[in-house]
Amino acid sequence: MSIVKFENIHKYYQMGSEKVRALDGISVSFDKGSFWAIMGHSGSGKSTMMNILGCLDRPTSGQYFLEDKDVSILDDNSLSDIRLKYIGFVFQSFNLMPHLSVQKNIELPLYYLGWEADKSEERARELACKVGLGERLNHKPAELSGGQMQRVAVARSLAASPHIILADEPTGNLDSVTGEQIMHLLAELNDEGTTIIMVTHEPDIANYAKNRLHMKDGKVEKIE
Amino acid sequence: MHQSRFARNILLGIENLLMHKLRSFLTMLGVVFGVGSVVAMLAVGEGASREAMKQIEKLGSNNIIINSIKSIEEESTSTQHSHMSVYGLTYMDYQRINESFPNVRKSAPAKLIRKESRVDARTLELRIVGTTQEWFELVPRPVLAGKIFGKSEVQNLAPVVVLTEFGARKLLATKNSIGQNIRIGGDSFEVIGIIKSEAAQAGSIQIPDQQIDAYIPISTVKKYFGDVFFKRTSGSFTLEQIELHQIIVQTDDIANVESTAAGIERMLKDFHKKTDYEISVPLALLKQAEATKRRNNIVLGSIASISLLVGGIGIMNIMLASVTERTREIGIRRAIGARRSQIITQFLIEAVVLSTLGGIVGMAVGIGIPYIITYFSEMTTVVTLSSILLPMIISIAIGIIFGLYPAVNAAKVDPIIALRHE
Repeated sequence: MSIVKFENIHKYYQMGSEKVRALDGISVSFDKGSFWAIMGHSGSGKSTMMNILGCLDRPTSGQYFLEDKDVSILDDNSLSDIRLKYIGFVFQSFNLMPHLSVQKNIELPLYYLGWEADKSEERARELACKVGLGERLNHKPAELSGGQMQRVAVARSLAASPHIILADEPTGNLDSVTGEQIMHLLAELNDEGTTIIMVTHEPDIANYAKNRLHMKDGKVEKIE
Repeated sequence: MHQSRFARNILLGIENLLMHKLRSFLTMLGVVFGVGSVVAMLAVGEGASREAMKQIEKLGSNNIIINSIKSIEEESTSTQHSHMSVYGLTYMDYQRINESFPNVRKSAPAKLIRKESRVDARTLELRIVGTTQEWFELVPRPVLAGKIFGKSEVQNLAPVVVLTEFGARKLLATKNSIGQNIRIGGDSFEVIGIIKSEAAQAGSIQIPDQQIDAYIPISTVKKYFGDVFFKRTSGSFTLEQIELHQIIVQTDDIANVESTAAGIERMLKDFHKKTDYEISVPLALLKQAEATKRRNNIVLGSIASISLLVGGIGIMNIMLASVTERTREIGIRRAIGARRSQIITQFLIEAVVLSTLGGIVGMAVGIGIPYIITYFSEMTTVVTLSSILLPMIISIAIGIIFGLYPAVNAAKVDPIIALRHE
């Protein structure tokens, strides 16, 4: 059963007088519970693909079904709600709030979900333990190593129990050992049933995924 | 639950502001001075007008005061030769006012004559107020000793006098005052009472009584001193015949004061060939004072509001800088699922917290400054509830108005670009 389905998605940008075809007629579908790696060189359109997948951007044309719901026609508020409830982001540069503790960073999505303070504290503690940071709840991001920061980011992405985790070069800023640890963590989450879509250009990292989608010039090159 | 969310939003705002303590403090200072100066200025303005009001109210806001004046025509013809000039209010005027105006509740006629008085070797020039018992009701002053004269004394032409505290002290000194006789002009009067007088002071507003007053029944004054007076003008004597120097009229209701005054004026015009009277209405003065007060408050308030405006611009400035600085934070929040409206709320709350805190501190400053002013300058200052609440509401409004643009800017941030922002 597909959780994400692209039907002839196009995305054009106007760069000065030139029209850039970032996505040029993409039709793919990802199954529930799958683990995909989207690969390609820079400029292949994988970042644009990620933005549209993550409902941060809207396609110029084509349809995007998220769990059979056409999200390509939704307004900004509805897209915000979908990001909140369906999607968890993990970024290359972690994107944690520097002034908030680990605990507060993990709680962030719950704040927007309107959870009560004590319930979200409980949830954050639970998730911190899950990613192995139960002892560091009151630390600020600056006091953590890169690997630890990415773990916090993973914990945050899980807070609202999303259906999909979108990981954009999750190991890009990490050394190979900690990068491997993060990949193990993601693989573990996938085993528990979370759909994971990851963008990377490193084949080693892409090997953790069960499926790989190669992109070139805004088109799907091959699927393996 | 909604309530707690609101509280959490405010806490979040405070936390963010505390991250830049000095910056927040300096921004707040703008509002502090703005609100402080508005509250202080309103207090000074209010104080000044209260003072004026108090003066006017001593005249009695229900009262109409009619004075005899020498008309301009009379003035010009009477200078050369010593002939008798007859002018002013008459006993008939007094009677007519009492009889023909249903809204007149009480009235008191007064003959005002300056006379030398004497007790043993002490002398004092007194202002003899020949009047009826109604005077003491229209110009109520506490009786310090003895009693004031009543209807029977007026009817019996009793040679009695009521002195003021000031007069009694000057003339009678340590002697047991009540029952004493004092000489006024050539005649002897018995002191039957001593009352307190308002120290007539300052300004254009005149209180009916004076410190040197001596109150004597009007019938007695007429009998002893008559209606004709010597007046010394530039070396020569003139004779003047004046029946009454003053009539104080009290109306039954404050709403009828002005119409009654107009009616009296019309009537006097019919019976007097010359305008040898002058009507003054404390209520009109009161209204004038109120209008002045309003104008003053608007002027003072708007000058001080400029500093509030400057405070608001300070908030806007700092919030715009903050939005630029926190572009990445906004991007993260948006990616996680915050709606635009939630970003607006977040920044708006920060601005409002800033301006409201400034408003509260400014209020304290604004309440404090009038005390200092009063302490050093003996100026009356009055801090009213509305002069505190108004700037408070304005400071909250300033947070909203000047915080809105930066907040909307924050919500416009494109998360894709913001997340790439370093």
